[in-house]
Amino acid sequence: MPDLPAAAAHPAPADPIVDVRGLGRSFTVSEGPFLRRTRRTVHAVADVGFTVPRGAIVGYLGPNGAGKSTTMKMLTGILSPSSGTVRVAGLEPARQRTRLAARIGVVFGQRTTLWWDLPLRDSLALTRHLYHVPATDHARRLAELTELLELGPFLRTPVRQLSLGQRMRGDLTAALLHDPELLVLDEPTIGLDVVSKSTIREFLLKLNAERGTTILLTTHDLGDVERLCRRVMVIDHGRLAFDGDIAALRDSAPAPRTLVVDLAAPTAPITVAGARCVAVEGPRQWLELDANPAAVIAAVAAEHEVADLTLREPDIEEVVADLYRRPAGERGRITA
Amino acid sequence: MAEPSTARTLTTEPRRTPPAPRSVGAYPLLAWTWMRAMAQYPVSLLLLTFGQAASTGLELTALFFVFGHAHQLAGFGINEALLIYGLAGVAFCLADFFMGSVERLGEHVRKGSFDTMLVRPVSPLVQLATDEFSPRRLGKVVPAVAALCYALAVLDIDWTPARILMLPVLIVSSIVICCCVWTLGASIQFFIADAREVANSVTYGGQAMTEYPLAIYGRSVVRTATFVVPLAFASWQPALFLLDRPDPTGLPEWLRYAAPGVALLMSLAATLAWRTGLRHYRSTGS
Amino acid sequence: MRVLFAVFSYELRRFSTYRVATAAGVFTNSVFGVINAMVLLAVFDAKPEINGYVAEDAVLQVFVAQAMIGPVAIFGPPLDLADRIRTGEIAVDLLRPVHPLLWWLAHDLGRAAFSLAFRSAPTFTVGLLVFALPPPAAPEQWAGFAAAILLATLVGFGLRYLYAISGFWLMDTRGVHATAWLLGTFASGMVLPLVLFPDAMAQVLRLLPFAALVQVPAEILMDKATLPGGTIAGGLAYQAAWAAALIAIGTLLTARATRKVVVQGG
Repeated sequence: MPDLPAAAAHPAPADPIVDVRGLGRSFTVSEGPFLRRTRRTVHAVADVGFTVPRGAIVGYLGPNGAGKSTTMKMLTGILSPSSGTVRVAGLEPARQRTRLAARIGVVFGQRTTLWWDLPLRDSLALTRHLYHVPATDHARRLAELTELLELGPFLRTPVRQLSLGQRMRGDLTAALLHDPELLVLDEPTIGLDVVSKSTIREFLLKLNAERGTTILLTTHDLGDVERLCRRVMVIDHGRLAFDGDIAALRDSAPAPRTLVVDLAAPTAPITVAGARCVAVEGPRQWLELDANPAAVIAAVAAEHEVADLTLREPDIEEVVADLYRRPAGERGRITA
Repeated sequence: MAEPSTARTLTTEPRRTPPAPRSVGAYPLLAWTWMRAMAQYPVSLLLLTFGQAASTGLELTALFFVFGHAHQLAGFGINEALLIYGLAGVAFCLADFFMGSVERLGEHVRKGSFDTMLVRPVSPLVQLATDEFSPRRLGKVVPAVAALCYALAVLDIDWTPARILMLPVLIVSSIVICCCVWTLGASIQFFIADAREVANSVTYGGQAMTEYPLAIYGRSVVRTATFVVPLAFASWQPALFLLDRPDPTGLPEWLRYAAPGVALLMSLAATLAWRTGLRHYRSTGS
Repeated sequence: MRVLFAVFSYELRRFSTYRVATAAGVFTNSVFGVINAMVLLAVFDAKPEINGYVAEDAVLQVFVAQAMIGPVAIFGPPLDLADRIRTGEIAVDLLRPVHPLLWWLAHDLGRAAFSLAFRSAPTFTVGLLVFALPPPAAPEQWAGFAAAILLATLVGFGLRYLYAISGFWLMDTRGVHATAWLLGTFASGMVLPLVLFPDAMAQVLRLLPFAALVQVPAEILMDKATLPGGTIAGGLAYQAAWAAALIAIGTLLTARATRKVVVQGG
């Protein structure tokens, strides 16, 4: 399937589907042995603000305990915020939870929303009634989703007997049968094999492109991010550390780009302005770039006989890891 | 769009505005789905139903043993005791049938499955109450109904029109009161997740207590069970009404007509407790 | 042996983290104890002596019963073993160099020891205080009672081990467990002291292992003539015989189950 521009079939209206301003959530935790407990306030999420336009696919990243799940819970109305405002699909999740639930789909990768002991088909039928989907719509969508997510072989199997990949596809179906405007995915590919991950990613792209469904996902899998998201938000220590597109995330990283040069014959390490040789292996040399790659390439080509050149972008995984590692003072907020 | 011709595409009809969520209709629907799932293992279901019937049946046996030694307890003979046992059994067992699953709230909170209930457009209380809904719980009601019918047949009850009309009102009120007790017990678990056993001491403990003429526990227990945790309205007060006997502990006679009002008050208390608990849960996430 | 002690103390520590649940358990056991005791007080009010029991004896037995709920796990929970058989994780257990029965016994004794100290003792104390019961004075009654608790715990384990390993042959042990909890509570003297049962029935129930869980320990504490052989020693011998028999059957069936798992691959 070609990589279609997001929401090609459905131009994004002006009003954002998710509008978060100054969002904060603090918890009181008790610590220490019984009778000598001390209480302290932890800010799980502090002053987070962002908007998601309709039709976007946005990745929400962060290390464990950074505030990802807390944010997702506030967006879906499970948790009420301690400060700030949240509007999702024009509703206030904390106060209009059940109305919102009818308009969004939520999938938790770690636990199923399906009924454990019921066959998948019964679970999905039940979903139709809970969301009041007309029978004809349900049948059509179920047929579409059954084909796209290849549910056929296990529709009659009780959920507890499904493999993780099958269960996740079942969960996605259950979350989409009422045709939600927004799909919220919490770790959708966690623990899945390569084939299942790929099926789900391609499906999500198709869903976004053809149905215009907005997708907001948290993940630890940067493969998800690179394949699905044009925009990422990184939360760390409860604060938004980055919000922008993937290219900007790469640029923001101090991790430099690398130029791999294959020379005609082995030579001494290359010295050019704006680059530094970091490794030599026979005729191949690795140059870390400080400056514009074009200038460096021109300089190298002028002085050496070059057989091949590759420009390597920093690995997104390293970029994100680096962002998490940055000391709090430098972290600040980078918006691209 | 350069789609391969074999790949299915998603329809592009305009998105429908979803209807307002309705929780009431969801109860029978969820219950029915669970019952169908349980009915897939008919032998297991039958055995479990039988087991539940046996559990109340054995309590009934114990009651007979007790009355074999003491022919009267607090001035009540075996047939009157059967009436009380039957009324208590019907109220608690039917409440258990309808609402018993809510006592597993703490477990759902710990496992995180309560969060999945919160993202569906149906009241989490309804989802909780119908969780693993099984007709096997009706097994418990069978010995209670048998005892009640037997007692109503053999006892010399003065069947005035008022008594005939009041009997169903009193039974429905007692079921409502017990459902509220279960909901209150569940609401505590929003604050203390491990408090299930405390809730059990009111639900199953309440059943054990109200299966016997309440007067045997003395005045203070009767007063507590009337005015604090109104379980007296499950069996004691209706029995006094049917038998047309004064309260041996000296409480006023009008109390026996108060059951519908108590049921209403309890419903309000249970609703309030549930809402408070849910609000607490949603502001602590634990 | 060291492994078993490690398992025992691990379970002991694991249960000691459930503070709230334990407090809730003490509360519930005490409430049920008070209700049952008041019913029996009303019975003995109408008939002051039944088969050698007076009102105080009946109330004391009620609180022995409530105190035994924890250690002998008469209402469950089933051993974790039951779940491991269902999921097939049992294969791992069979690879250990320790006999599975001993492994699970060490587990269960850890749980029982914790609940004896933090569940049984407070519940029993509540009973003595609420009903102002004079505790038995003779040291041999207390020594006998201590031994009886240990033996009751072994019998309780032996029964639950058999319920759990029935899972090797049955699809689903839920039915077995449900029936067992039901039978156990009724036949042990937990719901009602066996002395209040019709004589013929009581005589049969006194032969079954369930009486070793509540009825016999209570009678040992009160040094009742209704004990097997009429003495504390007789009561202990009866409990010990059942504990040995159940554990022997358990060992035998474990060997069969192991062969079945090895041959069929689970």
